[in-house]
Amino acid sequence: MLLEYIAIGVLLFLATAVAAIAIFLGELFGPKRKSDKKAQPYESGMLPIGPGTRRMPVRFYLIAVLFILFDIEIVFFLPWAVVFRQLGLFGLIEMIIFIGILLVGYIYAWKKGALEWE
Amino acid sequence: MDAALIWEWVIKALFLIFFLLGGFAYLTWYERKALARIQVRYGPNRAGPYGLLQPIADAVKLIFKEELTPSMADKVIFILAPIVTVVPVMLMAATVPWGPPIQLFGRTINMSVADLNVGVLYITSIASIAVYGIVLAGWSSNNKYAILGGLRASAQMVSYELALGLAFVLPILLAGSMRLMDIVTKQAEMGWFVLIQPVGALIFLIATLAEIGRAPFDMPDAEQELSSSYHSEYSGMKFALFFMAEYEKMIVICAIAATLFFGGFLGPGVDKWPWLGPIYLLAKIIVLLFLMIWVRATFPRIRYDRLMALGWKVLLPTALGLVFVTALGILLAEAVNPAMLWIIPLLSLVAGVLAVGVIERALRRKEYARR
Amino acid sequence: MSIDLILFLVLALVAVATALGMLFSRNAVYSALFLVLNFATVAVFYVLLSAPFIALTQITVYAGAIMVLFLFVIMLLGAERLPASPALPWQRPLAIFLALVLIAETGYLLLFRQAVTATVSLPQTDVFGSPSQVGTALFNQYLLPFEVTSVLLLSAMVGVIVLTVRKKGERE
Repeated sequence: MLLEYIAIGVLLFLATAVAAIAIFLGELFGPKRKSDKKAQPYESGMLPIGPGTRRMPVRFYLIAVLFILFDIEIVFFLPWAVVFRQLGLFGLIEMIIFIGILLVGYIYAWKKGALEWE
Repeated sequence: MDAALIWEWVIKALFLIFFLLGGFAYLTWYERKALARIQVRYGPNRAGPYGLLQPIADAVKLIFKEELTPSMADKVIFILAPIVTVVPVMLMAATVPWGPPIQLFGRTINMSVADLNVGVLYITSIASIAVYGIVLAGWSSNNKYAILGGLRASAQMVSYELALGLAFVLPILLAGSMRLMDIVTKQAEMGWFVLIQPVGALIFLIATLAEIGRAPFDMPDAEQELSSSYHSEYSGMKFALFFMAEYEKMIVICAIAATLFFGGFLGPGVDKWPWLGPIYLLAKIIVLLFLMIWVRATFPRIRYDRLMALGWKVLLPTALGLVFVTALGILLAEAVNPAMLWIIPLLSLVAGVLAVGVIERALRRKEYARR
Repeated sequence: MSIDLILFLVLALVAVATALGMLFSRNAVYSALFLVLNFATVAVFYVLLSAPFIALTQITVYAGAIMVLFLFVIMLLGAERLPASPALPWQRPLAIFLALVLIAETGYLLLFRQAVTATVSLPQTDVFGSPSQVGTALFNQYLLPFEVTSVLLLSAMVGVIVLTVRKKGERE
């Protein structure tokens, strides 16, 4: 069984090599005529104002946390789906309780406007 | 562990990588040709017969382009980001079976790089890694458009990954296994899962469009609004790698969709002639790819707030409902009568119509009320 | 030395190196990336222990979801380059004390517990650690922890909403 993961390791190595070679080819054959104008960050032709990184809306944080929570839920779903036939009705009820509790949070998020994007 | 095994791994891996590279090149041609035909144009027709040499011309052109690096960029991550974007895509394809196992030189060879018993989880985990390339590309460019675009694109990806993950649960429930080979063989006896779970397949396809960042969810490519977002600052081969990642992802996702919902390599005569398997799978991939291109030619881009609302408020609850509908159907089929399995498509169609009818309408009405 | 041991040692080196890289990077984004590499290495450890399900869950949840959140937070604050902050007065002595305790513990284990070399033979079958076995264990034996997890997730969800969502009309 471990062997199959080694096969993936081989694929990982070769895929990285191909990507690195592609970039290397570009660096090798591409012209190199650097100028200050070219090295400026692109801002639709205007002179860049202020630093590139700045504080971003907190909404992205909210989305990321909600994503983690539901992602964990999905990870629980996968083994449940595999053994569902053995678990039968019992399994269905288990999962309904689990999701029922989470749904409370989901509805709360909806009502509070956490899923809204302004 | 013997030498033959190592050769098998290397050959399979190289085969997959070069299939994806060639597929990427000709998918660009296929897309441009199909889009042109839909818009009653000719499309590329200068380089070679039917413009068939166009992808090669494009590749040569990109190699000879200047690689620009903005002065304020983080040099290491700026180079790393395109690699991190493209490698997971190639990894994702590793578990897709291309046909039944074949006998060659006295060895049994599986027609996939690695047929893991946790295949579907593997796909979701690699898909979740793919977000990094986009975030890092945006951040390392040190460009306002790029950072904002990268954040938006990654927020979109993670939002639709949820609906996608739940859509993955459906074939697992039906097949009772996470191994992609088992899912395919189960479809040989039960029929394609798209027949049993049509709404699930639809959600899968919609969510993958958003996951790849294809039209109508192509925020990452919104040139007018975000000046190409996270890859604004990229040029030459580094840009080509982002482009490659998108198109290879289309191919890989279509291969996965075909395997999970459309019978994979199954087709008439595969039992007798195993070499038909890859041909059938390829044919299914091409049909699904055409669907994606068709969607791009038909639908205008969706606004960002609506896109997030669709993902979180429509697709997520619908997919959740479908999981329970499917589970219920399986229970009834086991307890009462195998024919009860057909309650699944019926109920899921009801669920789908309900979701679109109730939630979509409520959202739209709210938007009118706000104005 | 067997191949397993060599593999383990190499991976252990990578794990320690990435952990150190995370600690010593002055740039928070680099720290986060080193941590991702560290998680990936730990995932490979799980694979070596014939627990592919846990390994891939580790990648999905930790490397794929939680670290994306970290990166988001670093970018949201726009604070990826840390200034050299003055250490708290009691921080250094406390750190040295704790490090000494750790060294003493490790030394004790290495010196006196060497006799206990329980060789756990790993079942190399395809069944062990397979999703179906994990599922059976999780949904029968560990049913209560599983259900309680949902309460944990719920409280996290409520917490983040309380922290970040403003009431309607309330703006800066």
